[in-house]
Amino acid sequence: MSFRIASSPHNHSQQHTSILMRKVALACIPGIAAQCYFFGYGVLIQLLLAVITAWASEALILHWRGKPVLIRLKDHSALLTAVLLAVAIPPFAPWWIIVLGTAFAIIVVKQLYGGLGHNLFNPAMAAYVLLLISFPQQMTSWLPPQSLQAQQQHLLDPVCTVFTDFSCAGYSLTQQKTDVDGMTMATPLDTLKTDLAAGRTVSESHQHKIFAAIGGIGWNWVNLAFLAGGLWLLQQKIIQWRIPLALLGSLALCSLLAYLIDADRNGSPLFHLFSGGTMLAAFFIATDPVSASTTERGRLVYGALIGLLIFVIRRFGGYPDAVAFAVMLANLAVPLIDYYTRPRTYGHRPKGAH
Amino acid sequence: MPSLFQQIKAGKLWDFHGGIHPPARKEYTSQKPIGRLSLPERLYVPLRQHIGVAGALLVQKGQRVLKGQPLTAADSAMAVPVHAPTSGLVLAIEPHIAPHPSALPEPCVVIEPDGLEEWRPRHGLNLLEADRSILLKRIQQAGIAGMGGAGFPTHLKSGGSAGIDYLIINAVECEPYISADDVLMQEYATTIVKGIDILCQLLSPAAVLIGIEDDKTEAIAAMQAACSQRDHYLVRVVPAKYPSGGEKQLIQLLTSKEVPAGRRPLDIGIVMQNVGTAFAIAQAVLEDIPLISRIVTVTGETLSQPQNMHALIGTPVGALLDACGFAPEPEQRVIMGGPMMGFTLPSLSVPLVKTSNCILAPTQQELPAANNEMDCIRCGACAEACPATLLPQQLLWYSKAKDQDKLKEYNLSDCIECGACAYVCPSEIPLVHYYRVAKAEIREQTRDELKAEQAKARFEARNERLEKEKQERAARNQALAAQRQQMVNAQQQQQEIAAAAQRVASGQPAQQNLSKEDIIAERERKKAEARAYQAAKAEQLNNEQSAAAAAEDLTTENRNKQGPDATNKDAAVGDARAAAVAAAIARAKAKKSAAEPDNQVAAEPGTGSDKAPDTTPGAEAGDARASAVAAAIARAKAKKAALGADQQPAAEPVQPQTATAAELAEDPRATAVAAAIARAKAKKAALGADQQKAAASLTTETQSQVENTAQNPAAVLTDGVVNNEVQAAKLSTATPEDKEQAKKAALSAAIARAKARQQNLPAAATTPEAAENNNAAASTLDPKKAAIAAAIARAKAKQQAATDNTNSEDEA
Repeated sequence: MSFRIASSPHNHSQQHTSILMRKVALACIPGIAAQCYFFGYGVLIQLLLAVITAWASEALILHWRGKPVLIRLKDHSALLTAVLLAVAIPPFAPWWIIVLGTAFAIIVVKQLYGGLGHNLFNPAMAAYVLLLISFPQQMTSWLPPQSLQAQQQHLLDPVCTVFTDFSCAGYSLTQQKTDVDGMTMATPLDTLKTDLAAGRTVSESHQHKIFAAIGGIGWNWVNLAFLAGGLWLLQQKIIQWRIPLALLGSLALCSLLAYLIDADRNGSPLFHLFSGGTMLAAFFIATDPVSASTTERGRLVYGALIGLLIFVIRRFGGYPDAVAFAVMLANLAVPLIDYYTRPRTYGHRPKGAH
Repeated sequence: MPSLFQQIKAGKLWDFHGGIHPPARKEYTSQKPIGRLSLPERLYVPLRQHIGVAGALLVQKGQRVLKGQPLTAADSAMAVPVHAPTSGLVLAIEPHIAPHPSALPEPCVVIEPDGLEEWRPRHGLNLLEADRSILLKRIQQAGIAGMGGAGFPTHLKSGGSAGIDYLIINAVECEPYISADDVLMQEYATTIVKGIDILCQLLSPAAVLIGIEDDKTEAIAAMQAACSQRDHYLVRVVPAKYPSGGEKQLIQLLTSKEVPAGRRPLDIGIVMQNVGTAFAIAQAVLEDIPLISRIVTVTGETLSQPQNMHALIGTPVGALLDACGFAPEPEQRVIMGGPMMGFTLPSLSVPLVKTSNCILAPTQQELPAANNEMDCIRCGACAEACPATLLPQQLLWYSKAKDQDKLKEYNLSDCIECGACAYVCPSEIPLVHYYRVAKAEIREQTRDELKAEQAKARFEARNERLEKEKQERAARNQALAAQRQQMVNAQQQQQEIAAAAQRVASGQPAQQNLSKEDIIAERERKKAEARAYQAAKAEQLNNEQSAAAAAEDLTTENRNKQGPDATNKDAAVGDARAAAVAAAIARAKAKKSAAEPDNQVAAEPGTGSDKAPDTTPGAEAGDARASAVAAAIARAKAKKAALGADQQPAAEPVQPQTATAAELAEDPRATAVAAAIARAKAKKAALGADQQKAAASLTTETQSQVENTAQNPAAVLTDGVVNNEVQAAKLSTATPEDKEQAKKAALSAAIARAKARQQNLPAAATTPEAAENNNAAASTLDPKKAAIAAAIARAKAKQQAATDNTNSEDEA
């Protein structure tokens, strides 16, 4: 009889790309649940639209490129991109926002660079930046947490709003954004930025109802949920600890320093850590293997760079949140980081030592 | 801070980068007793089972061998012999599929066991008496090579220099499934320690570190008990992690040291031996049992009774599997070695060798192979797993791009091919396979580069040599041209001197501006001289014709005499031929003289004869003849003397050529070349003598002599000339009735000879060149070249002869 010839090793960890991607997507569930609870189930509609768009565009492009479609769809990388973009954009954003963004992420950012493993930028973040720059109004129209909303939400309001720009009762998105005090709501980061720009202090800004919790009502919990999902990923060894720790550590350190220097004009470290997309970025975005650094020291540098950039852009930049810009800028620096953080090979002298 | 040695003594362990934890599955076999395999039908003992060279074969087909009898010799340091695993008959010595990833056939001794297990005589060594060299020799002759996998000759590793800090005994056995060393330690701990004692005697280390993974509790206990009497034997329990049994990784684990890239552990004072090797050493030294068997783990879920087997080297894998209840599934993999670094076998007839520690026959479900390669997602899991701290995903990228500079920069050569990266890769990329291919390509390219470099060096050296030869040739030609010019000048000078002497002798003033009357008188005198000479020549011609007739008569007479007397025949024929030749020469000479009397006369003063001026215009023909004869004899004598002197240097350069010809005497080409040159010289001589008619016969004669002696063309040439003289003399005795005519014939022969010699002089000057050409021709083995060289030599000779003719005309 004939025997199968194979090259060693003859065993495999059974840790496949598709499993990795699926688990990362699954780890988003707590965060998505929190979003649903605080901001309505609009995010689920976005998610559905994103996934459909991602699969369709991935299949189309793979077909055009003459690659096996089904096998590559099953690696779940397109699914993960869709999920990450869906949770990043405002839940009540018009449907074409997410469709456009997802198609851009898959077709341009991923497949035009050569498909999985070859893209320079994180597809979800590149798409987010594209949308933010092109459609700033839609991309910042976050509703206030449901507890602060002036109008009671109807069951079908998210669907109506996403597809028609108006709630079932006929309120526009701007009207929906108005809180019980009659003020147009924004995200806590946005509110703080606006207040600081208007000359108020942080403590004055924190008089606002939305700051009832550390990172803002709702946002606090959403971040905690993403943190939980991230910790599960760490426990599952799907992601390594270096990037999240370096990112959070760097952001905390920068904000702490700023807070110590001028507490009136800087948010507290905890506010920075639990507001906006910090946890999502630390555990789900920055850990994207393809666009992150590959060396162990490089990952520390990469994470720390993102943390620093988040703080700098939040504090000095024109955008209230900075995750997408920070990640994209760090993506650009990855080849350089990788080159200068090569590990010392066994039996070789450290560089510079003779 | 305690010193490193103190830390090691205290039991400190370090860690190495990366590593993985694949399912070990050692419990399939580790708790079972060692099984014994009944004798297989055939044993296939590969002649080379180690890193190094195979020893010379000591047995023949059909020979009966005893158990433990060496099959190959330990005839060099890198040779490790193999032994007959049992007594039996050598059926064949032929290539058989070898236990190697390539599965290429290698020479094997095929033995049919006779079941008697008859041992050769055995002599254990007494450790107290045996010195290092005896121990090392025994280890080598017992055929011991590293049993951990690589198979490096143990005697080379154990006979190293002094200054060994640590002897590390590798009992880690980190590969999943394998438990051969585990059960060996469980059952033979004391023998292993005896083997370590012998290694200590050879290496005298400061401490012995025995590294065992923490999942082998019984083996650890057994070894600790066996080592309890020896203070510097330290059993170190290392955490189970693959590949902690790798040489470099274990050194790092136990001593925190790293083996510098491209160096050996010996360079940092460490020697590592496998625990199985220590056992084999004890067996070989104490009981004189060579390495003819080993413990091998036969495992996998397709076997109903996986267990460790004590099997003879050379046992086909199939026999081992069958003994353990092998039930193969479709597309079965049979792996020699562990699941991480073992290689698949294409056939079950592959024999067990000294380095085979495991035969693994897993189910597909048990060990799912990675066969669904996808794109690298740069997750870096490989880099985290790499025990050599490499960047596998970068290496993959550059391997695919065949960027060998980058591969070198990222230290591909430091990859130990442990397979940890491929094991963890989520994209199921067979990384190690890519690295093996890249390494092979680098080896190939390095070899090609080396070849190209050598070829370039050769080419440049050749160009240099050709250029040098060209310059040498040019220089030599210049020198020869100058020499020739000098000779011509010298002759002209001589001529002028002779003319001056003649003028002095005839009482004329050596004025440049002679009076008109003097010139006219001189002309008249010369005309008269010429007339007298012509008359003498005409007389001579008549005489010669009659001499030729006499010679012909003689030849006829000799022919008639030919008969039963065979001994006289040759001499008679020779005489006749000689006479004929002499006659022909004489005839030719006479004809030429008749045809070109002016030339001859003009040449006469140049020959340095001072008799010519004595001849008065009004002298009688008879007187003229006598004086001419006397002049010719004198001339001939003078020339002969000159020739003798000139022949000497001419002969010398010819000698090497002769030697070469003699050396290559077996080579017909060389002889042919020599003959061709001889022929050419003969032709030249013939031309020089202006004996166009006689040339053919003379050439034939010389040629026949050349073919007889085939050695010294110059000597032959001289012989030929001398022969002519002798023959002429013979001729003179053979015809006593006409001595006068014979004398004349001899005289003309002498003249001919003299002329020949005169032509020979410049020809001799060219001989060195001809000799060198001939040498060059002889050195090449190409017959074409030889023929060309011969043709060139001939052409040169002809050319030379032509030039000489012109020269003599110039002289005239």
